[in-house]
Amino acid sequence: MPDKHLSSQFDADLNSLSSRLLEMGGLVESQISTAMRAFTQMDLETCNVVIQNEKLVNDLEVQIDSACTELIARRQPTARDLRLVMAVSKAITNLERAGDEAERVAKRTKRLIEAGAPHNINVAEIRLSGQMAISLLRRSLDAFARLDTIAAAAVVEEDRQIDEEFRAFVRKLISYMMEDPHTITTGLDMLTIAKAIERIGDHAKNIAEFVIYIAKGSDVRHIPHEDLVREANK
Amino acid sequence: MMANMKTMFDLNQIDSQGGSVNVATNGQPIAAKNAIEVRDLNFFYGSFQGLKNINLDIEEGKVTAFIGPSGCGKSTLLRTLNRMYDLYPGQRAEGEINFYGQNILEPGQDLNLLRSRIGMVFQKPTPFPMSIYENIAFGVRLYEKLSRSEMDERVEWALNKAALWNEAKDKLNQSGLSLSGGQQQRLCIARGVAVKPSVILLDEPTSALDPISTGKIEELINELKHEYTIAIVTHNMQQAARVSDYTAYMYLGSLIEYGKTDEIFIKPQRKETEDYITGRFG
Repeated sequence: MPDKHLSSQFDADLNSLSSRLLEMGGLVESQISTAMRAFTQMDLETCNVVIQNEKLVNDLEVQIDSACTELIARRQPTARDLRLVMAVSKAITNLERAGDEAERVAKRTKRLIEAGAPHNINVAEIRLSGQMAISLLRRSLDAFARLDTIAAAAVVEEDRQIDEEFRAFVRKLISYMMEDPHTITTGLDMLTIAKAIERIGDHAKNIAEFVIYIAKGSDVRHIPHEDLVREANK
Repeated sequence: MMANMKTMFDLNQIDSQGGSVNVATNGQPIAAKNAIEVRDLNFFYGSFQGLKNINLDIEEGKVTAFIGPSGCGKSTLLRTLNRMYDLYPGQRAEGEINFYGQNILEPGQDLNLLRSRIGMVFQKPTPFPMSIYENIAFGVRLYEKLSRSEMDERVEWALNKAALWNEAKDKLNQSGLSLSGGQQQRLCIARGVAVKPSVILLDEPTSALDPISTGKIEELINELKHEYTIAIVTHNMQQAARVSDYTAYMYLGSLIEYGKTDEIFIKPQRKETEDYITGRFG
């Protein structure tokens, strides 16, 4: 936040909210990368790391939410300060859910490993969309840190590609399952993993929309993409 | 007689005519029935210009709040709305203040009548040194001849309006000064309401009151706005946010931004407004 308040403590409190959100974002990003590595390498130990660390993400959510409530009670923020606090409070919910999705990927991968069922399903789309989801989340957090609405609009646009990869994978999965019913059990776990990644992209998109809300004061959820881009460029 | 003259008004139009003051209206023009329309108002304390080219509409049946740092002209503006400044030599206003279409700045106004139509409550409670009953009846007698029973009814009505009846009904003959600060302020509001004005001006009405009394006055403002138009000057921005429908931010005698309160406090259009309400004003 540029410009200083009369109260330097107010500045410190707001800055602390932003930096703790970014800290939480970094943790969630790392959880997703680790979960994707566990999936790619089918490594049980890596799955367990993700499942154990999930608690850290939950704790951060509770702490930051409490800091938001305290700041509202003490400072009665207005205008962009208010928008920032509201957006942080919502963004951490998205981060926590993205963390849940990472855990879901790890748990399903663990199940796949433990079932030991060999499969010949091509998971290229899952790997690709996993990388895209990580990149998207990182860029939404970068956009948040710099309140860069142009970068935020690009994140929203790119989330559509993850959605497209997900749909492509589902079509492929259906073909596999129709061809060989033995792949259904494995296929459903794969579907859950693919869906989890697709959801992570949605959470990154939501965070990007909050960036535009903080910086421009416009609520750009559920509006046509062209309108969102216009608001971002205002 | 009080029929409204101008029902539709576009603030953006004034903006283009208005000269130095650039008033942001947060998108939609405010189109409604206005109790007061201020046009090109300049105000002088001797040679010092206290208000600069103010253009503003005060909508009927709404609460309009004036905020801004000390000396920004918000109290001065309020005091022009019922020509309270006329009490002091050397103070003068130029421009127009149209009260339901009538320019009250024109010479030949009946100021007593004007101030009964546009009542005012001040920062410090100012009950007259007389009984609670007389505090209210005194003003009414100046304008109306009422029978004893009619006056009793009026006093009860006014005290009820000011949410003071239950606390005062058993001591109507006691001095108004025997009431607590918050009760005294509500007595002053009852006194203002008793003469049945159409506009009530509140000049920092709660700055001398504790939070409970402040809460009661704010609740009262919310009740009164159904029947009266209210303009309030307050140093307390949260109070403006709580009680008002429209907020005007003033600085150095100019109206910087005027719009719906929600928009001013969530998404102000001008940086000066945002800096002030977020506490970045230095």
